[in-house]
Amino acid sequence: MSRRAETLLALAGAALVVGLAYAVPWLRFVLTIALAKGLAVLGILLLLRAGQVSFGHALYLALAAYAVAFGTAVVPEALLLVPAAGLLAGLVGLVIGLFVVRYREIFFGMLNLALSMVFYSVLEKFYAITHGADGIRLGPVTFLGLPLAGETAEWTVLGLALVLVLGFGALVRVALASPWGEALAGIKTRETRLDFMGVSPRRVLLIAYVASAVMAGCGGALIALTTRHVTPALAYWTTSGELVFIAILGGAGSVLGPFLGAAAYELTRVYAAALVANAWQAVLGIVLLCVIVFAPGGLWGLIARRRRAA
Amino acid sequence: MSVLLSARDLRLAFGGLKAADGIDLDVEGGEFLAIIGPNGAGKTTFINMTTGYLKPQGGSIRFDGQPILGLSPRRIVALGIARSFQLPQLFTEHTVLQNVALAVAAREGRLSLMAPLLRRAFRDEAAELIGRFGLSGVAEARADALNEGTRKLVDIAMAVALRPRLIMMDEPTSGVAASEKMAIVETLVRVLRGAGVTAVFVEHDMDVVGRFADRVAVWGQGRIAALGPPREILNDPEVQRTVIGIVPAGGVHAPA
Ligand SMILES: Nc1ncnc2c1ncn2[C@@H]1O[C@H](COP(=O)(O)OP(=O)(O)OP(=O)(O)O)[C@@H](O)[C@H]1O
Ligand SMILES: [Mg+2]
Repeated sequence: MSRRAETLLALAGAALVVGLAYAVPWLRFVLTIALAKGLAVLGILLLLRAGQVSFGHALYLALAAYAVAFGTAVVPEALLLVPAAGLLAGLVGLVIGLFVVRYREIFFGMLNLALSMVFYSVLEKFYAITHGADGIRLGPVTFLGLPLAGETAEWTVLGLALVLVLGFGALVRVALASPWGEALAGIKTRETRLDFMGVSPRRVLLIAYVASAVMAGCGGALIALTTRHVTPALAYWTTSGELVFIAILGGAGSVLGPFLGAAAYELTRVYAAALVANAWQAVLGIVLLCVIVFAPGGLWGLIARRRRAA
Repeated sequence: MSVLLSARDLRLAFGGLKAADGIDLDVEGGEFLAIIGPNGAGKTTFINMTTGYLKPQGGSIRFDGQPILGLSPRRIVALGIARSFQLPQLFTEHTVLQNVALAVAAREGRLSLMAPLLRRAFRDEAAELIGRFGLSGVAEARADALNEGTRKLVDIAMAVALRPRLIMMDEPTSGVAASEKMAIVETLVRVLRGAGVTAVFVEHDMDVVGRFADRVAVWGQGRIAALGPPREILNDPEVQRTVIGIVPAGGVHAPA
């Protein structure tokens, strides 16, 4: 799909989000969470391009969320907290990335999982600092110095999420179309050839990994600002699995896929939970099964196919 | 003319199998050196050792006077040795144009940059190179949709796009239809000579060797059995018997 068409779709999607959030107030929360998770999934998409799946990116999500929660005690300004949390996630991503980009496929996935579970245990066990499974509440937050509360807070965080999503989405779109992005995809099909062209596949993957950590971090920061309460569950492997789930649901063919997937996921979750109470996981499972069998390109793939057919 | 690549006493054994058993070879700058020899003689192994894919257990390799043994493939490429592969190593989900453009971008070292505008320059250069190989018709085809011969050519074009000083090609014409072979090699040689590239190539087709090689090295069991101008080597009865597989007129030559 052309860059123009994707841009228009993205802007239309953003307008739809704002419209829905205006018309149905309780959707504001759901949509903000969906955008935040979509941002983290955008990072997963980068790794998927290289044929790698991380089952541990909840680590960066939770790390940044806790950073924001602790940060509010020091600096309450959201415009400082979010970039700082993203940066922290990126730095930790760099350190861990230097190690994990040496591995591929199942080893890459499991190493990420293992590290995220170590972080989860730390959050659980160091009760004196983290309050264990109870988690911690965010202190008061400001935006440009003005206190964030009530409806204003909801709109502000949603707006922040939209800005980050559009910004990172555009950046990733451009990056994937660059030689770097094509080399990244080359890791999936013929990694050794990159070496024989003078390119380090590990460095190419490391850049993607750090970027994915930053995006997961920004997503985590947004989640913290939205829920105002962080718990170790953010770092648990099911959260990581959820990100991969959304990536497959949305489709890896476009930067719009993660957000489509995240919106579908969160909405299904809310409605299924209301309709069939304890069986919403089953509903999601069946949805994923159908996607894998009937629409391997994800929801995005369905749309792109329809556009081509039209 | 000066020596560009110099190998001395290269040794490499896989278990008990000696794939390189004391290889000495000097490649002159500007020459086209053909490597011939039976299957399993160690021809590919020699290319793998000079391009950093395999590390010899003994010996030395110098490129333009500089020792390169033990360097990574990436460092060796940066010094100016590019290679193509016996089994083409393409980015199968990319188009032919993307494959070659990626090689161009890699050479420019700007890969880490998000260079969508520069990319047009990369692609133009790639398209031009693809045209010189007569592949313009498949430029937009995915690499995994090509036939063996075409994949081979794309593989070579990617190596040429790196603008090496020395190119090592592993059986460049295997898989290429016999009717097109000579024309393709003709083109390839013109491209390489035009760029002043030195070439080492493994080849099983003696017509190609006879027509395009300046010198021929005959590989046998990890050793160089003979080295010389094609006229001399290809008419040597021992080479004809062991490598080319023809029995010379006048009966079987007694082994020397
Ligand atoms: N990485 C490896 N591990 C173990 N054995 C190897 C390896 N590479 C090559 N060999 C063995 O070394 C010998 C030489 O292999 P090589 O590929 O260099 O032969 P070749 O002359 O290129 O043959 P062909 O004409 O069939 O391509 C063969 O017996 C091969 O099985
Ligand atoms: Mg071989």
